[in-house]
Amino acid sequence: MQLVGMERAGTASVLTARGSGLVTCRQCTRVWPMATEICGRCGTKLRSRDDLSMQKVWAWWLTGVIAYVPANLYPMLETRALFDTQDSTIVGGAVDLLLHGAPVVALVILIASVLIPVGKFLAIAYLAVTVGRRAQTRNADRHKLFEFVEFIGRWSMIDVFVVAILSSLVQLSSLATIKPGPASLAFAISVIATMISAQSFDSRMIWDTGFPPKAPQA
Amino acid sequence: MGDGLLMDGPSEKVLVDVAPENLMACSECDALYQAVAPEPETLIVCERCHHVIARPRRKAGMTVISLAFATLVLVVAATFLPFLSISVAGVENSASLIDTALAFSEGGLAFLALATVALIILIPTLRMLLILYVLVPIVFDRPPARRAKSAFRMSIALKPWSMAEIFVIGCAVALVKIVDLADVAFGPAFWMFSALVIIVTLQERLLCSWSVWNALEQPQS
Ligand SMILES: [Zn+2]
Ligand SMILES: [Zn+2]
Repeated sequence: MQLVGMERAGTASVLTARGSGLVTCRQCTRVWPMATEICGRCGTKLRSRDDLSMQKVWAWWLTGVIAYVPANLYPMLETRALFDTQDSTIVGGAVDLLLHGAPVVALVILIASVLIPVGKFLAIAYLAVTVGRRAQTRNADRHKLFEFVEFIGRWSMIDVFVVAILSSLVQLSSLATIKPGPASLAFAISVIATMISAQSFDSRMIWDTGFPPKAPQA
Repeated sequence: MGDGLLMDGPSEKVLVDVAPENLMACSECDALYQAVAPEPETLIVCERCHHVIARPRRKAGMTVISLAFATLVLVVAATFLPFLSISVAGVENSASLIDTALAFSEGGLAFLALATVALIILIPTLRMLLILYVLVPIVFDRPPARRAKSAFRMSIALKPWSMAEIFVIGCAVALVKIVDLADVAFGPAFWMFSALVIIVTLQERLLCSWSVWNALEQPQS
């Protein structure tokens, strides 16, 4: 089986569906004349490019960033043991783990709850800012970055689940109880909003170099 | 990538002779290709962005169905069994998925309770039901089920929101966090969920949506 690509005659640039007056179905890979609205094969709504993509990306991105602030300021966990009550934030909890001799788990939490979210904010912003600029040379790298962001985002939910698990497990009447703190809600909202932001990103725009699409062919 | 395919570029002239139904394009970067027939055991990779467009497998349908059944059974059973248990000075407690989801309902965090139930129990279950609904008729050479196309689209949309495997890692982290304070042990549900991670990963590698769309288009083949 051979996948035969198309190239613009005389240039190195790859021919795209849009450049040929066609619209691609992102579900089943069929192409249709530009004016087609619904894929005749799988029923998916067709859009050559999602025009609202960037607005959605930025709106969800902002929601994610804003929610990430209280997620770090307020406690994730409220631990009440016999004689003391202890609130721990995301970073505080990781530091505790480090001091208690569990550096690997501390690292997992720091990666999932700090490195990945912050890295995602920066990566999505970078991709959104650079999209649609002419003469992009690093399309392949930016696309790889996008795929990585999309793949890794859900793993940030680890800390939310840890809070849920501990709060249900550590209910030992007077000895010790753990309750979820307000930061768990803020953090979950931040992760979910950032996931939606990445999903709203139309990755095909990474590859658009500013060539105007051919007029739709009837 | 093994047998990833290389393009060699015919000029734009080719396109004039090729009708849209004989073309296909990469969903991620819009690169245009001549359509290929779904042949098993080949990897179809976009030449430009290296996105895996299709990965047809022989006899994958039956395996995917069995794995979906296994997942359903495991999720339902694991929902009510404890996955972690704890004991300190004679006081004991154990937690099941249901307990975990309800942990948020006390602190006025009902949204989180709902989200947790959805992400670890409801969405994985629904996704497996949808996959079974679409695949069973195809694999047994029956005409596709009613609204199979919408069902399959929905199963794809739900994929990133199905988080059972992330929950397993969460269990391990939670255990380490309190291992100093108390005796903690994994319960049966933890091991079931661990098996689930392997099953889900395997199923994802076998389920090629491009082949499913082909099958839904030509139910006879
Ligand atoms: Zn389609
Ligand atoms: Zn591509």
